[in-house]
Amino acid sequence: MAITAFGAGGGPAAAVDAAPKRRSWVALFLLLPGILYLVLFFIVPLVSLIITSLETQSPDGAFAYGFQWQNYVDSVGTFGTQIWRSFFFAILATVIALLFSYPLAYFIGVKARRWPLLQSFMLILVVAPFFISFLLRTLAWKTILSDDGPVVSALKGLSLLGPQAHITGEPIAVVFGLTYNFIPFMCLPIYTTLERLDIRYLEASSDLYAGGWATFRKVTIPLSLPGIVSGTLLTFIPAAGDYVNASQDFLGGTSSTMIGNVIQSNFLVQENYPVAAALSIVLMFVILVVVSVYVKRSGTDDLL
Amino acid sequence: MTPQNSFADSGADLELTGISKRFPGFTAIENLDLTIPAGSFFALLGPSGCGKTTTLRLVAGLEEPTTGQILIGGKDLTRTKPYQRPVNTVFQSYALFPHMTVLDNVAFGLKRRRMSDPIGKAHEALRLVELDHLAGRKPQQLSGGQQQRVALARAVVNRPALLLLDEPLGALDLKLRRQMQLELKTIQNEVGLTFVHVTHDQEEAMTMADTVAVMNKGRIEQMGAPEDLYELPHTAFVANFLGQSNLFTGPVSSSTSNSISVEVGGRRIVVPKDRAQVHDGTVTIGVRPEKLTLLTAAPANDSGENVIGPGRVIDVSFSGVSTQYVVAVPGVGDIIVFAQNMVFGPVVEVGAEVWMSWTVDHGFGLSDSPELVSAGA
Ligand SMILES: Nc1ncnc2c1ncn2[C@@H]1O[C@H](COP(=O)(O)OP(=O)(O)OP(=O)(O)O)[C@@H](O)[C@H]1O
Ligand SMILES: [Mg+2]
Repeated sequence: MAITAFGAGGGPAAAVDAAPKRRSWVALFLLLPGILYLVLFFIVPLVSLIITSLETQSPDGAFAYGFQWQNYVDSVGTFGTQIWRSFFFAILATVIALLFSYPLAYFIGVKARRWPLLQSFMLILVVAPFFISFLLRTLAWKTILSDDGPVVSALKGLSLLGPQAHITGEPIAVVFGLTYNFIPFMCLPIYTTLERLDIRYLEASSDLYAGGWATFRKVTIPLSLPGIVSGTLLTFIPAAGDYVNASQDFLGGTSSTMIGNVIQSNFLVQENYPVAAALSIVLMFVILVVVSVYVKRSGTDDLL
Repeated sequence: MTPQNSFADSGADLELTGISKRFPGFTAIENLDLTIPAGSFFALLGPSGCGKTTTLRLVAGLEEPTTGQILIGGKDLTRTKPYQRPVNTVFQSYALFPHMTVLDNVAFGLKRRRMSDPIGKAHEALRLVELDHLAGRKPQQLSGGQQQRVALARAVVNRPALLLLDEPLGALDLKLRRQMQLELKTIQNEVGLTFVHVTHDQEEAMTMADTVAVMNKGRIEQMGAPEDLYELPHTAFVANFLGQSNLFTGPVSSSTSNSISVEVGGRRIVVPKDRAQVHDGTVTIGVRPEKLTLLTAAPANDSGENVIGPGRVIDVSFSGVSTQYVVAVPGVGDIIVFAQNMVFGPVVEVGAEVWMSWTVDHGFGLSDSPELVSAGA
C-alpha cells in the first residue's frame, strides 16, 4: 500500500493529470451564479442603454433604432456645464469627507483601542444616520439651512451673510449635502484598515528617528491606503451621479444642477430617452477613466 | 535634542536608576538599577516573561517608566520621545514595514536623519547580513531568518551610540548565527558602540558579552563577567539558569577563618568563605557537574578535596565530547556528573557504586536555597 502510493502506478498518475481540469470545472461551476447575475443585471441593461442612446426620433415623436451618434455630441454640448460641475462637486465632497473622516477613523481605530466601549459607541454614532432614510435626513438639512432656519438667521445676525443671501439652492449646500451623506462610506473603510494597523510599525518608525508627522506620512498613510482608496471610491462614484442632494426639492437650485438631475429629468420628465441614455453612458465612462487612473496612481491595483 | 545627521563616533553609557514599570495589575520591572559603560557588550539573560523586552522598550522610549530615570551618555532622556534618543532597536517581532522593500526598510532611519547616500549605506548593511540580492523584495517574501537579518541591518546601519538587540539571532541556524555573532562583535568593536543584547542562548551571552546580567521576575539577580557569573553564582536561580549545578542544603557545622563546613548526607563539605554568600545557619552550596571526578573506590582523606558518596549510577548518557552520569546518593539526592570522554565509551556502567570528589575551591555557597526559590514562585 505504502509502496504503491509512491510508485509510478498508472492510477495515481492519471488522477494527478486530471486534477487541474477538474478544478477548472469546479471554478466555472462556482462562478456560474456570478456570471448569470452579471449578464442579467449588468450586461443586458448596459446593452439596452447603449441601444437607446443611439436611437433616432422621428418627427411624430416616436423613437426608432438607429446609429444617431449625434445624440452624444448634442447631450455633451448642451450639458457640458453640468458634467463638469458634477465631477467638481464630487471631488470637492470626496476631499472634504476624507479630511473629516480620516482623523475620526484614526481616533476610533487607533486612539480608542484602549477603551473598547468608547470605540463601539463612536462606531455606532458613525453608522447611526443609516437608521433614518437618506431622503429624510437631506430634507431635514434643507429645513435647517433654509432661509428662515437657524443657520441662515445666525449667519445674518453675525453679518457673515448678506441680507439677500441663501444657503439652500447654492453650490455650497449641495457640496455640504454630498459630503454629509457620504461620510460614513468614507469613514468605515478607513476605520477598518486603521483598526488593524499594527502599532509596532509606528514604534519601529519612531525608533528610526521619524517624528510624529514623518511616521504619519511614511507609515500610517501607506498602511491605511487601501481604506483610503476604497473610501474615496465609495464616496466619489455615487456622489458624481447623485441626483438627490442637487435636486431643487432638496438642497439644490438652478445654479447647482448636477448631471444626475439632468438624466433624471430627461428620462422621467421630458421623456427624451436617447439623451438621458447618452448622458448616462458618458457619466459611466468618465467615472471609469477617473477611477482607473486614480487606482493605478495610488498603487493599489490589487484592490480591483 | 534633534537627531544628529552623522553617525555616533563612540558608544554612550546607559544608566538606569530606580526604574520600575507597572502595567495595570502587574509589575513588570521592579526597582532596577543598572549601569552599562560606554562601548561595552552587555547581555541580558532571563526566562520568558521576566521583563527583558520591557527593559529595552523603556530604554528605547517606547514605554514610560513608572518611577526612575534613564540616562544615556550622561543626559537624562527619561521623558524624551524615541526618535530623539540616540538608540536603535532590533525588535523581537522584527516590525519590518510591510509596504516598503527590504532596501527602503534599511534606508528608512538614514533618510529620516538626512544622512548622505542612504541607499549606498543600506546596500552595504544588507551585504553585511548577506541579503543584498534580496534588496528589492517585500518583507513578506522573505523567510523568518532573512527577515530577522533585515531587522538587524535596519538597526545596525544607523550606527547608534546605543544598540538594543532583542533576541536578534533567535531564528537563525547555528552556522549563520555564529557568523552574525562575529559580524556584530566586529561592528561593536570598530566604533566602540554600546550593545544591549537580549538572548535566550546562554552560550551566545557568555561568548559575546563583557557583562552578563541574569534577570528574573523583573529584577536583576546577578551581574558580572561571564566567567564570574558561571563560576560563582550567588543565587540558586542563577546557578540553575546559567548551566547546570548540583546543589546541597545543610547546616553549617563548623567554620574556620577562611572556610565553612556544611553537613550534607553525613559528610562535611568545605566551601571557602570568600566563595560563600552566607556563613552560618542552613546554607545551600553547589558545584558544577564538570568539576566532579567519578571514583570507583572510596578516596583517601584529603583536606583539599570534598567527597560525596557512595552512590549508585542510575543513568549514563553519551553526548560525544562528554558523558553525563546521574548518581543517586542516599540522603543527598541525584547528582549530575559530566566527564570528558578520555577513553572510548563510558567508564562506569549503570548500577556501579561510585564516589564523587571535587576541589574545595570549586564549590560555591548561595544566598538562598532552591526550596525558597520554588516556594516564592
Ligand atoms: N502592555 C503590557 N500590559 C501588561 N503586561 C505586560 C505588558 N507588556 C508586557 N507585560 C508583562 O510584563 C512581563 C514582561 O514582559 P516582557 O515582554 O518584558 O518579557 P520578556 O522577558 O521579553 O520575555 P520573552 O523572553 O518571552 O520575550 C510579562 O509577564 C508580560 O506579560
Ligand atoms: Mg521579549
